[in-house]
Amino acid sequence: MRDVHYAIDGRAIFADLNIRVRRGLITAVMGPSGTGKTTLLRLITGQLFADSGQVAVFGRDIGSLSGAAIYAARRRMGMLFQNGALLTDISVFDNVAFPVREHTDLPESVIRKLVLTKLEAVGLRGAAQLMPGELSGGMARRVALARAIVMDPEVLLYDEPFVGLDPISLGVILRLIKQMNQALGITSIVVSHDVHELATIADQSYLLSGGSVVAAGTPQELAKSDSETVHQFMTGSAEGPVKFHYPAPDYASQLLGADER
Amino acid sequence: MSNRALHGTLLGGVRKFGVTGIFLARLLAACVPALARPRLLVAQIFNAGARSLIIIMLSGLFTGMVLGLLGQDVLSRFGAETALGELAALALLKQLGPVLTALLFAGRAGTALTSEIGLMRATDQLTAMEVMAVDPMSYVAAPRFLGGVIAMPLLAAIFNVIGLFGAHLIGVDLLGVDSGTFWSQTQSAVGIHDVTEGIVKSLVFGAVISLIAVNEGYQSEPTAEGVGLATTRTVVASSVLTLLFDYVLTAAFL
Repeated sequence: MRDVHYAIDGRAIFADLNIRVRRGLITAVMGPSGTGKTTLLRLITGQLFADSGQVAVFGRDIGSLSGAAIYAARRRMGMLFQNGALLTDISVFDNVAFPVREHTDLPESVIRKLVLTKLEAVGLRGAAQLMPGELSGGMARRVALARAIVMDPEVLLYDEPFVGLDPISLGVILRLIKQMNQALGITSIVVSHDVHELATIADQSYLLSGGSVVAAGTPQELAKSDSETVHQFMTGSAEGPVKFHYPAPDYASQLLGADER
Repeated sequence: MSNRALHGTLLGGVRKFGVTGIFLARLLAACVPALARPRLLVAQIFNAGARSLIIIMLSGLFTGMVLGLLGQDVLSRFGAETALGELAALALLKQLGPVLTALLFAGRAGTALTSEIGLMRATDQLTAMEVMAVDPMSYVAAPRFLGGVIAMPLLAAIFNVIGLFGAHLIGVDLLGVDSGTFWSQTQSAVGIHDVTEGIVKSLVFGAVISLIAVNEGYQSEPTAEGVGLATTRTVVASSVLTLLFDYVLTAAFL
């Protein structure tokens, strides 16, 4: 991503955003809530387009591609959504089989083996016949991960993969991200604000704030950074350059003043 | 209303019309690939059609019963109760069948379509499809639209048949109009022109309601309130436009 500008209704989300994702590595994109991390993934998948600057995916500017070419690029990617985004009217098995059935002519016997293999990897082979509504949040995320990897993508995008997971599921997801990267060479982009989890798997990290990159490097380098923003984010402090409180009138005068909202 | 508010309302209306027009063009383009997924299409005909059967059959029966009762009462004042079959058949085929089926269809199937697609939007299912390089227009929207367009005339036909049975039940079996006269009057009065009018109306109503339902679901705000409002808009717009198009088509067929 080079010099990317993106605004919604005149409000700048990104200004001069520069991020380089290296092939075969795990890149973490961190930042406080509302910094546009999910928007960043949508720019990469071509669901949104930068107002200016370049978002190059597989070496080509996604903003200059035709609709068919964007769809072709997406077939080489997988994405894990924060809430799983499973199709609720079909079973877990059919959810994982969905991209394979849509994009290949493989016989059902092969699809069955493929799907069961991916479900086994996330520990949910036994849940194949359940409906998405019968799954817990963590299980839904693992099924969504199986669906994201079923087409063996070259790039995997993770949108807040650690939110709301129990410690066991968290450990499994972390190991899976790392394993898929090491064993299959999948390039991974993990968008999250879970600093400590990311530190254990990321090869390179970018910290976003105010619409641009405020720090970049390995998680260890970020931990040693002198930047106040980085320090505040890494230590989880409410005080610092990133304001925790939404702009508001003076606290005491509002409490003691007239009964207005 | 101030000038600025009026300007805003007009602009909003034009924008909505434009958005719906563009959506219709995309939807029609997506109907071709959707036809290549017969299993999805059949599932949607089942959802929109078979699942509306009970309400359509019950409503058809009661509507026909009322026609039989009132028709016999009014026609007997002029000694013309033998025309009951003609009255019931023409009223059902040309007006009551398509219009009442459409209003019921909007309330049963239209709302289900809007809320289903709206919730798919709110839970990122449509976005997930886009990321998986599957066009939700051809996978979600077009099969539901086509399912509605195909189901509506079938439901109207069933409504008409059950309605005629209801009119016969009350007029003939209960109030004593001659059965042979009832059917012969029906047969001689109803022409292919009347049947065509009913079919064209139900096809148009099916297309209008399905377009509104799918469009509202697709464009709804991805929140509980947004999906609720979109569902309400589907019922209101579908009902008003059904009656509007009914007038236009009735005038066209005169």
